[in-house]
Amino acid sequence: MTDYLRLSGIDRSYGSTSVLHGIDLQVAAGSRLAIVGPSGSGKTTLLRIIAGFEVPNAGSLKLGDVVLADGTHAVPAHLRGIGFVPQEGALFPHLNVADNIGFGLPRKAPDRQARILELMDMVALDQVLLQARPHEISGGQQQRVALARALALRPHLILLDEPFSALDTGLRVATRKAVAELLARAGITTILVTHDQAEALSFADQVAVMRAGRLVQVGPAQEVYQHPVDADTATFLGDAIILPAVVENGTAHCVLGCIAVGDTRWNGPQHIMLRPEQLSVVASAQHEADADIANCHGVVTQLNFLGSTCDLQIALRVTGRSKALADDAAPLEHTISVNVPTTPTIGVGSRVRIAVNGPAHILSGSMAG
Amino acid sequence: MSPSRSHWLLGAAVLVTVFALLPLGFVAWVAIQSGWDTVLALVFRPRVGELLVNSALLVVFTVPLCAMLATGLAWLTERSDLPGQRVWSWLAVAPLAIPAFVQSYAWITLAPGLRGLGGGVLVSVFAYFPFMYLPVAAALRRLDPGLEDAASALGLPPLQVFLRVVLPQLRLALCGGALLIGLHLLAEYGLYVMIRFDTFTTAIVDQYQSSYNGPAASMLAGVLAVCCLALLGGEVVARGEERYARVGSGAARLPTRQRLGRTTGLFMLLPALTTALALGIPLVTLTRWLLIGGIAVWNPAEVFAAITQTLGLATGAALLTTLAAVPMAWLSIRTPGRFQRFLESSNYVVGAMPGVVVALALVALTVRLPIYQTAVTVLLAYAILFLPRALVSLRAGIAQAPVELEQVARSLGRTPAHALWTVTMRLAAPGAAAGMAMVFLGVTNELTATLMLAPNGVQTLATSFWNYSGELDYAAAAPYALLMVLLSLPMVWMLQIQSQRSAGR
Repeated sequence: MTDYLRLSGIDRSYGSTSVLHGIDLQVAAGSRLAIVGPSGSGKTTLLRIIAGFEVPNAGSLKLGDVVLADGTHAVPAHLRGIGFVPQEGALFPHLNVADNIGFGLPRKAPDRQARILELMDMVALDQVLLQARPHEISGGQQQRVALARALALRPHLILLDEPFSALDTGLRVATRKAVAELLARAGITTILVTHDQAEALSFADQVAVMRAGRLVQVGPAQEVYQHPVDADTATFLGDAIILPAVVENGTAHCVLGCIAVGDTRWNGPQHIMLRPEQLSVVASAQHEADADIANCHGVVTQLNFLGSTCDLQIALRVTGRSKALADDAAPLEHTISVNVPTTPTIGVGSRVRIAVNGPAHILSGSMAG
Repeated sequence: MSPSRSHWLLGAAVLVTVFALLPLGFVAWVAIQSGWDTVLALVFRPRVGELLVNSALLVVFTVPLCAMLATGLAWLTERSDLPGQRVWSWLAVAPLAIPAFVQSYAWITLAPGLRGLGGGVLVSVFAYFPFMYLPVAAALRRLDPGLEDAASALGLPPLQVFLRVVLPQLRLALCGGALLIGLHLLAEYGLYVMIRFDTFTTAIVDQYQSSYNGPAASMLAGVLAVCCLALLGGEVVARGEERYARVGSGAARLPTRQRLGRTTGLFMLLPALTTALALGIPLVTLTRWLLIGGIAVWNPAEVFAAITQTLGLATGAALLTTLAAVPMAWLSIRTPGRFQRFLESSNYVVGAMPGVVVALALVALTVRLPIYQTAVTVLLAYAILFLPRALVSLRAGIAQAPVELEQVARSLGRTPAHALWTVTMRLAAPGAAAGMAMVFLGVTNELTATLMLAPNGVQTLATSFWNYSGELDYAAAAPYALLMVLLSLPMVWMLQIQSQRSAGR
């Protein structure tokens, strides 16, 4: 795949407030990228720079072979041919659904009506809505109209600015899935901006994490989730159990025992990360714990029932073996918080055995030793 | 609310509405009394046709010019990076402080040859464009910039974005402004007398002053009333059933401002020229006449009398009108229903009636009553004329006090009356005060009805000004013009603040 969109060294500041610092990003043709970050991280500004609503102070932006912005001049938004779906759709309130969808089409185009119907079909909108006004249709339908409107001009690149945030949870998941499938079928390069990590991970094949105006990590969704660059990214993308450990020859020694690590380049005191789904927690008895030194045991101190899953606070009892190996780095007692499937055998005070599946990830960056 | 209280309020609201509809009823009554033949003879004659053409031309030329000027100014002050846009915004509203007849006095003493349709349109544009500027600027501030982004991403160049996305959304504001200006054009008397341009209003006052010719003046008033209703209906049709609120919840991003770049100087010309013509000319002329007149024109007894009588009438009218608006405002918020809506909307019809029609009706109705030629009649006319202003503000005030708060106060041990007084009245007070101020300021500039109804010896600022300028003693008229402008300044401030608040700032 070739890089279709190429950003290098993009800076943007408002007066003395710097919003984006040196953003480098490549997007392959036909791929789906999600830019995710907490609010105020500059992700929307970045999207607006790509769309052409804002001009970078420095850096260059290339689409295919065309330079869209290079710090001195910028192609205005209406000449870029990039599709844009703004937050909450922003449908024209003075036009009905058909005219909203056909807004970008020449008014006298002979196939205008046919194209509008084709687009409605594409986004699965019922044709009875053709004459409806934006305020008469539901939020999910509004979002589909906005998407159809952006697709009308057959853009090669489409930008989605938190398009699903106004929808209810159930509708959000369904709409997101439908939109992702539709765009994949049409082969349109897509950039989605969202503050919802689950949305980013499920929607895109590439995820770019932004924080404080910088891109901290870009990579395939699975890779970014499993191997985040630092603790902040790890916790932003999902629940994470971060533990101090001593790493020796591909094995981390920590309160959970000896865990394989994926990366053999690191040795010495480190912080390791595990995702909760890597842990299996089962009820155990005292005598099992005494006999079993391969696994880690603990006591449930708090239980927060959530339905099919529950959050457990587990006070770990450091076993002889891990204590011996980790005594200079790890504390002797540790409490972890973990979300597990609800089982009737585990309650507050239960003894549990914790097994770790799969390798731990070593965090470099701020928290690493 | 207890049913009995509700009944009393409803009764009071009906009474006020019936009273406010008296002018219209009077016109209808005269038409029926005179008989169909007389009506036809009085209405279908060349003079009426002439006046109709004059008034129509005035509206047809003035309103679009106002719309263009106001939209241009509003876009520059709200959506461009024009330097000093806050100052320009205030300056665009400031001409409201200058009564239309003072505006024409300024122009006529500067260019005595100014008259007829051209002169009338010119002065009217500068006297009335702020009525269009205020709603258009407020609408521009409220627009969701996401729409413009979307249009731009769909390949529309900036001018097309303005024409196809921004302008259609200004329709409601433009319609409202056009209606307000159209009604003012039809109702204005002083401006067109000075500029020697005959409209229905000037003809009715002439007729009334020269001959007290009942049916002739009344039939002209009838045609004028029908014209006003036609404007009202036209606005309803033009506005349509549209709803331009933002679709979806959440906070809109602040709109981006268009960079003017090297053309800034060129664009600066528009507000600068407008300010020079709409504010500069009146202020220069006024200063000139004040200097020419010197201390001699400030006759202390006369000026003092005009001030006290104006303040007295204005205060009385403010209290009376606000009080009269209470039942309707209360019902429309607390127990809305079809009948309440009907009552309320009939008051907007009343608001469209020119002062001259109201005055004529009151003259005819009170001529055999002891209140004829007393301040009471003048106050009643003011109450009818300014009831809609009071109603709008008061309604907004009462809406600030949700009934739940009153109920909370009662659950905390307050008696119903105490709860009403300490919670609802307290919260509605700013709205009531704003309504009173709007009525007060309206009265200080009212000329037509005051001229026709004021008892002998009562001179307000407006009528004193009018008498002196009618005798071509422009220097002697200047102090009264100055006082009216100064008294109107708070209204400018209130309207501007209200407009900014309605846009959520």
